[in-house]
Amino acid sequence: MKLLVTFSSKEGKRPIIAQVVRDTGVLVNVERAMIESNEGEALIDIPEESCRIVKDRLTELGAAVRILEDEILLDETECVDCGACISICPQEVFSFDREFKLQMDAKRCVLCGRCIEICPHRALSRKGEL
Amino acid sequence: MRRTIHEINERIKEGNARVVTAEEMPQVVAELGEEGALAEVDVVTTGTFGAMCSSGCFFNFGHAEPPIRMEKVWLNDVEAYAGIAAVDAYLGATEKSTTREENYGGAHVIEDLVSGKSVELRAISRGTDCYPRRTLTTEILLENCNQAIMVNPRNGYQRYNAAVNSGDRVLHTYMGMLLPSRGNVTYSGAGVLNPLANDPHLRVIGPGVPCFLGGAEGMVVGEGTQASPATGFGTLMVTGDLKRMDPDYLRAATMTGYGVTLYVGLGVPIPVLDIETVRSTAVRDEDIWVDVVDYSVPSRNRPSLGQVTYAMLRSGRVEVGGEEVRASPLSSFRRARMVAGELKEWIESGRMTLALPTRPLDPDRRVEPMKETVEGPRVLQIMERRVATIGEDAPIRDAAAKLLKGETNHLPVVNGDGVLVGIVTTYDISKAVVNPGKGNDVRDIMRRKVVTTTPEEPVDVAIRKLEKYNISALPVVDKAMRVVGILTAMDLGKLIGGRWLK
Repeated sequence: MKLLVTFSSKEGKRPIIAQVVRDTGVLVNVERAMIESNEGEALIDIPEESCRIVKDRLTELGAAVRILEDEILLDETECVDCGACISICPQEVFSFDREFKLQMDAKRCVLCGRCIEICPHRALSRKGEL
Repeated sequence: MRRTIHEINERIKEGNARVVTAEEMPQVVAELGEEGALAEVDVVTTGTFGAMCSSGCFFNFGHAEPPIRMEKVWLNDVEAYAGIAAVDAYLGATEKSTTREENYGGAHVIEDLVSGKSVELRAISRGTDCYPRRTLTTEILLENCNQAIMVNPRNGYQRYNAAVNSGDRVLHTYMGMLLPSRGNVTYSGAGVLNPLANDPHLRVIGPGVPCFLGGAEGMVVGEGTQASPATGFGTLMVTGDLKRMDPDYLRAATMTGYGVTLYVGLGVPIPVLDIETVRSTAVRDEDIWVDVVDYSVPSRNRPSLGQVTYAMLRSGRVEVGGEEVRASPLSSFRRARMVAGELKEWIESGRMTLALPTRPLDPDRRVEPMKETVEGPRVLQIMERRVATIGEDAPIRDAAAKLLKGETNHLPVVNGDGVLVGIVTTYDISKAVVNPGKGNDVRDIMRRKVVTTTPEEPVDVAIRKLEKYNISALPVVDKAMRVVGILTAMDLGKLIGGRWLK
């Protein structure tokens, strides 16, 4: 399960994720992180059963947490099943089925944005940013 | 056994023609043998659907009142070539919008028109006695054009080399995004379904042959530009009536960082006349090889890192230089199948009959590179030969002194053998003064990843490096990586006025 954790200026300097790992004992996998001087964003992957406790602890420590699900949208009227997105995706979200129709496993997505940038037919977008 | 085109057309008209797609044909031949397949199959349909930049459309807009001789024409701010008769123009698929750049271009105008949308036509003229009008702005619909004739100078490449990037930065190419360090392979083409791959010796494909183009019945005009059937890279020039086309088979696209292109659905039916046709249409993805070409080399002669078949590419993973790399296409095999399938229906239902070329295409044609008569400038003609360098174990202070003395901002760092190992800039030294603690020697603060050029490199390639890496100088090195000069943004001023020529 993937969580998007946002840190604001106040907590910026504290090692929140390390703290959560120590307090909960859950091994957190940081898949993407962007930390600047007074704010930051990290995309973490955790076992589904630990979601609640990690989310609660992060919130207590002052971070904003959002569960990521189906964040990438595919517009089937624009998509021509070319497959340009397949090999550039670091998470192997995209694949072909037996009929060479594009399949998407959005749960694996870490929101790197590469596919949205390069889709020749502009068929991919991030949820809420249509 | 042989059969004539007349016999095939009779069977089509009777609704008795046996038609298979080029994807099904290898199986038919495997089951029935060549003679058996010849007896069984009348027509093999092909299909491809991919980015075909060399595409476009001739328009005749009809005369306005008062009439105008359109000297410059824009459709939704995309310029069309108007250097032909008064209200004729040719819109190329890759032409970019003057206002929306690579997000909209000729291909998008074509897709919008085919989808029934109205498009703004703007034209200007100096005005003549017979055509007094000087400006025109109006909305047009495809149905209101007298003609909209698609003429694509180069479509349906027989096969296309796959692309890889062994450099250290992402490349945005017409082959899509290429990840550094051979991070992915991209490819294009329908392989087993490609029209010319099923007739590599151009025995049945040529001028006058009917085809499927963009969802409508079209025709092969003849040899495509840059055709090289002798080396297995044949191309076709094709035409069709845009008014009858379908947006399912004509799609505008943008290759990010490269530009606009048009995805075109093209298919050619192949009459099975003899054993030779059976053999050529029995081609499989496994039989069609392409090079994996390294796009990190900005040259016409990009090196090949190996060869693969369309079957390997289609599997999603290929081996490049001993490593497995993920491969994905830019063209749609699913839609290529749809093209071959539609064409099959057209022929089975008697909607399309076949024809042989009115004259044969030359299968020995070979593409040649340009013979340039004037060579562009090379780095050695404008580089600064007096270049100060510094040893890696020198104190930072010495580097500062050298930079001051040389009135320069870049100091290549060399080892004991004079080989380039790094670079320091005035910025690096200022930083070292403000934040001491990394060390006192040049090697402690130098940048080790240095972007370099060579004396023989064309200046345009060097300029691209300056732009891409956002830097202002490139050390010029020889083959042994010894520093022989430096090229700075200032040296580029020498290009102005052609002083480099002297």
